[in-house]
Amino acid sequence: MAALGIFDTANLNGGQRLAVKYFTVSLILFGAQILFGMLAGLQYLKPDFLYEVVDFSVNRTLHVNAMVVWLLYGFIGGVYWLLEDEAQHPVVGLWLGNLIFFILTLAVAVVVLVYLIIQVGPGEIESIWFINEGREYIEAPRWADIGIVVSVLVFFFNVAATFAKGRYTGVAGVLVADLLALFGLYLAGMFFTPNVSVDQFWWWWVIHLWVEATWEVLVGCIMAYMLIVTLGVRRKIVETWLYIEVALMFGSGILGLGHHYFWIGTPDYWLAIGGFFSALEPIPLVAMVVHAVFDSGVHKLRNSNHPALAWTIGQAAGNFFGAGVWGFMHTLPQINLYTHGTQWTPSHGHLAFFGAYSTAVIGFFYLAVQKSRGNVWMSGNIVGGWKWKWAMFWLWTGMIGMTVALLIAGYEQSQIERAMEGSTWMGYFAAQAHPWFTQAMNWRQISGWGFTLGYCLLVWDLLTIGKRETRPALAPQGEPATA
Amino acid sequence: MQTTPLWWASDSFWRKMAIWITGGSFIVLIFLTFDTLSYITAGGKQVPGYAVINQRIDYRFDAGKNRYMPVIGPEEPLFGKVLGEAEAEALVAKGKLTTQAKNCMECHTLLGNGAYYAPDLTKAWLDPAWGSKEVREQTMVDFLMNPSDKLHNVVGRRMPRLGITEEEARATVAFLKWMSAIDTNGFPHNFKAMDQSDPVQAPPAAAEPVQPAPPADAVPAPAQQ
Repeated sequence: MAALGIFDTANLNGGQRLAVKYFTVSLILFGAQILFGMLAGLQYLKPDFLYEVVDFSVNRTLHVNAMVVWLLYGFIGGVYWLLEDEAQHPVVGLWLGNLIFFILTLAVAVVVLVYLIIQVGPGEIESIWFINEGREYIEAPRWADIGIVVSVLVFFFNVAATFAKGRYTGVAGVLVADLLALFGLYLAGMFFTPNVSVDQFWWWWVIHLWVEATWEVLVGCIMAYMLIVTLGVRRKIVETWLYIEVALMFGSGILGLGHHYFWIGTPDYWLAIGGFFSALEPIPLVAMVVHAVFDSGVHKLRNSNHPALAWTIGQAAGNFFGAGVWGFMHTLPQINLYTHGTQWTPSHGHLAFFGAYSTAVIGFFYLAVQKSRGNVWMSGNIVGGWKWKWAMFWLWTGMIGMTVALLIAGYEQSQIERAMEGSTWMGYFAAQAHPWFTQAMNWRQISGWGFTLGYCLLVWDLLTIGKRETRPALAPQGEPATA
Repeated sequence: MQTTPLWWASDSFWRKMAIWITGGSFIVLIFLTFDTLSYITAGGKQVPGYAVINQRIDYRFDAGKNRYMPVIGPEEPLFGKVLGEAEAEALVAKGKLTTQAKNCMECHTLLGNGAYYAPDLTKAWLDPAWGSKEVREQTMVDFLMNPSDKLHNVVGRRMPRLGITEEEARATVAFLKWMSAIDTNGFPHNFKAMDQSDPVQAPPAAAEPVQPAPPADAVPAPAQQ
């Protein structure tokens, strides 16, 4: 391993050592997400590929679940990374945090193997308990749900107790409240009902109120810390912005839940409520862009970690375009009647998850690598600095390519399958067979290869960046250098 | 130089705003949740009771509401057997459980939610692809139990064999029939449902069957006069 140089955990505090474990698994699961996404994409082009061996449903389950888990691992890692710094106190119950890390990771491995090998079960309640819950994004069987709840309670305890014993900052206050909401919401997805409308009603409480509310605020917290450490932005500014973002995010996002209640049997007043509040949902994302770009400008881009800051600005932009613009494009019920359940959704989903969340976690990977190398220089003229730039280029190019290809497929489906043919089986396949659709799927796959290349470069870069660097990290200026 | 921020730009103002807005939104959501549950509980205003599977279900454009609506028709029991509400619920529950255990949602969409590799199942019960209403139930059961050798589509995608038993397949059909009766606010729009009218019915406006011929025994030819 000499080729990789020295990673010394002695450079890290206790919480950060635990964070690195989470980041490592997170990066591996990111690779798994890409692998199963590529296989699923290939099945659109070659339907017999792995047919009745690893079917599309299995690949897609692994694709979306790997994503949920790697992002959660990244967030947990991010919080453990900043915890001691922010609280000015060692993590309370660190041994418990370590124990839970190993148990949770083992549980994830078992769940993945069951998805891959056993795949489906008989139509009995035991299948839901031990194989697969069969609900998109939260497929984890019930035993694993319980394990997740226990793990996150331990995590919540560690975070809340550490802040309580140390310094309770504004970021800490938002983070603790948000984590409590995040974990409470997970419970809304843990029951069986024969009623598909009731099922999906609560299912969206978990999915939407995670992804479009509590995850956004969690990322707001960790990115606030990111701006403080990389740019040296004043805490008061960052925290005021964080409160503004929370107000706007929850103010639009909680009732924005209504855009999932247009067509599932719920009353039609949700068309107005969901349409109105989800039209407001891009506003906090605009605020975040303004915040990140403005702070970077005030500090004249003088920062301690170029890759991390580049991913931070990418996060603000990606969140705005992916979650904000792409979400808004099909969120009003008048258009959603035709786009709901077409490739519009994955187009939005890909750019939003990558833009809002993957970028943030990758930014933290770079913080972790820098400090593990002994807090070395990662500003201008990094030795071997082409790698992080090309990794970033290919990840973004691949993602934008996939997003646009899926959007074209989605337009075509909305028109042919939905508007003209009325969503019958024949209408669905008429749209799937159309050249506009098949060409889009080819471009999606090609873009996926670009994204995969970006991932390989990213892993290579994370393993090697800073290994020949001897200069100490640039210290960000504490106060803005403006009059 | 002003060093203290204006009141509207201060952190204490925005902290209070964050708390009040979040709390207020959540209270409104709780209120709406209680109201919505009264609509979506089985037998509620938009989601039918499970015994609706004993009746004909259609989906037609409603000029008054200017959208498509489910239409509950005369008695047409599933697999020829009228079920009580509890029996129907048990059957639909079994079907719903099967759709979860077989992970249907990672290829199909249900109520438009899920994956996009296979057709939406919201109105699958009414899809003209099943042929005619006389053969539909058995065709669906056969397809679910052994789909891989059946003709699916021109793009070459096939549903895999998922080990679905006959009991599970029948329950799944019951679940699909029940789901097709949910009032989904007009989604999917413009859906062209299977013709379910009785072939030997003289007066077109009659709501109740006036002819003695039972539909279950009818020859599978919808155009028969």
